[in-house]
Amino acid sequence: MIQQSLPIEEVPVDSSHIDERPNFMRRFWQSGMTKLGIVLLLMLVLFSFVGPLLYRHSAITSNLLATDASPSAQFPLGTDSVGHNVLAQLMVGGQSSLEVGFAAAIVAMLFGTLYGMISGMAGGWLDVVMMRIVDILLSIPSIFILLFLNVVFQPNIIIMILVLASTAWLGVSRLVRAEVMTTKNQLFVEAAHALGVRVIRVMVRYLLPNIIGTVLVAATFQVADAILAMAGLSFLGLGLPPPTPNWGGMLSDGMNYMFQNSWWLIYPPGLCILVAQVSINLIGDGLRNAIETRER
Amino acid sequence: MIKYIIRRILQSIPTVFGVTLLSFLLIHMVPGSPVRILLGNHYTPLRAAELSKTLGLNKPLWEQYLIWLGNIVRGNFGFSYTYDKSVVSLMFQALPHTIVIVVVAVMLAHVFAVFLGSVQAYFENTKFDQIATVINYFFYSMPTFWLAVLLVIFFSIDLPWLPSGGIVNTQLSNPGFGDWISHLILPVGALFLVSVAGWARYMRSSMREALLQDYVRTARMKGAHEFRVIFVHALRNSILPLITLFGLSLPSLLSGALFVEEVFNYPGMGLLYWDAVNSRDYPIIMGITVFIGLVTVLGNLIADILYSLVDPRIQY
Repeated sequence: MIQQSLPIEEVPVDSSHIDERPNFMRRFWQSGMTKLGIVLLLMLVLFSFVGPLLYRHSAITSNLLATDASPSAQFPLGTDSVGHNVLAQLMVGGQSSLEVGFAAAIVAMLFGTLYGMISGMAGGWLDVVMMRIVDILLSIPSIFILLFLNVVFQPNIIIMILVLASTAWLGVSRLVRAEVMTTKNQLFVEAAHALGVRVIRVMVRYLLPNIIGTVLVAATFQVADAILAMAGLSFLGLGLPPPTPNWGGMLSDGMNYMFQNSWWLIYPPGLCILVAQVSINLIGDGLRNAIETRER
Repeated sequence: MIKYIIRRILQSIPTVFGVTLLSFLLIHMVPGSPVRILLGNHYTPLRAAELSKTLGLNKPLWEQYLIWLGNIVRGNFGFSYTYDKSVVSLMFQALPHTIVIVVVAVMLAHVFAVFLGSVQAYFENTKFDQIATVINYFFYSMPTFWLAVLLVIFFSIDLPWLPSGGIVNTQLSNPGFGDWISHLILPVGALFLVSVAGWARYMRSSMREALLQDYVRTARMKGAHEFRVIFVHALRNSILPLITLFGLSLPSLLSGALFVEEVFNYPGMGLLYWDAVNSRDYPIIMGITVFIGLVTVLGNLIADILYSLVDPRIQY
């Protein structure tokens, strides 16, 4: 057998992890609950993004001759108090919810990972200060900060993403730091240091592959949290400005008419938020189970 | 042990200062000066300059912070822009209402979650466990505000059993204790349902691990009744993580309370905060932010200390 000589630095340090990746994916797919989550999320994506192409009705036109109409052939889910088509609104509202949810989670994941890795790698007083800042921000419930920020910056979609990400990164950074603290003392990292690999490279090539699973799980739950937070803010009247429809705002409008028994204004938007939460939480649980089994 | 408690208390002091600094800075991010809001239609540059001087707004930012901090330490949170009352008196009016719903909901939720989680773990993977897990998942994913709206629809509109909001029936000349209780049931119910789901999931996995331990087998071998095995032997250990979980879930409880209070028009801290945000009443916003930060830090501190007291395995 011919001995292959590899440059020392390029020895695949995390080969066990790579070998098991097919198993990981299989475990992820095997769970019925995960499949249910993926199917539900796909349905929601199709409903919001493909739906408007098939059901061509404006979400922001007021049908003043048909306000507060109950569901009929013309308006499958009725209209609201100013004659907006509820079904069309649900579809368009889904677009902004999903876009903002995923974008906020991605921003939070990137920033939180960077922050947590720096804190964990640095150690010492820098680590203490960085983590104390996270503690401080975490001790005020995020909805209180989000409400305030939304008053200060009149939100558009970009600002909304940044505002939601501004509280969502905290949990991610804590998790990443904890993972870095346990990983950075392992032999393969020490070996990399001994070989003179630069710190940035150690972080990207040696630590990141080992913590990416945890980050991915956390980010998945952040998507659900961001969608919920945005719906909550809109419900409290501080979401994206009109005319952009969104689920939380629709629900809070519907609440004003609940004594008139207008169920079509209350059940559909609430159900959409619930389906988004359930589907993403199921996927997150599936990912977590698959990763935890790998580590066992 | 004493050493640990003292160290833990000292550790939380910087966090408390950080919370005050954070809320101070947040307010100063707001464009426009508070003088303009205070003077409203009476605004003239001369009056504005005078008022800035009396309020100390012409001093450097760090000096303003120290003055403000000194006032807070003495219990002076300033004066509301909109209510013509001190922030402290407004908070003291609202606080008992929030405490009532949060404390009652948390206690009920803990007892029920411990019971449900334990029973689920004991009957793991039976039909009962599966159905309970699905129901838990449903409530766990349910937005608090939608749940609150649904409770109003079911129990005060479709079935006119309970009032849909407020704290007393204003049409009664002498609303009694029963009236007060009936106004509490729906807000407490909403908070209870969203809290139970998460805690029961946690309790189930905690109890599942406890039931596999040797001491549980020992208890069974010496002939202890199954009920005693679960609720005395295994429960003692599996309930421990719930103490920490309570401290950690304080922020989400307070956010939940905010939504519940908004839906039920229930005059607690959450509603006060929401009103203050809508009317840009910055002293109230600052006061409540600092107060809630303090409560959270204190809650986590108490949870950690309690945990170290009840778990003899932990050595410091």
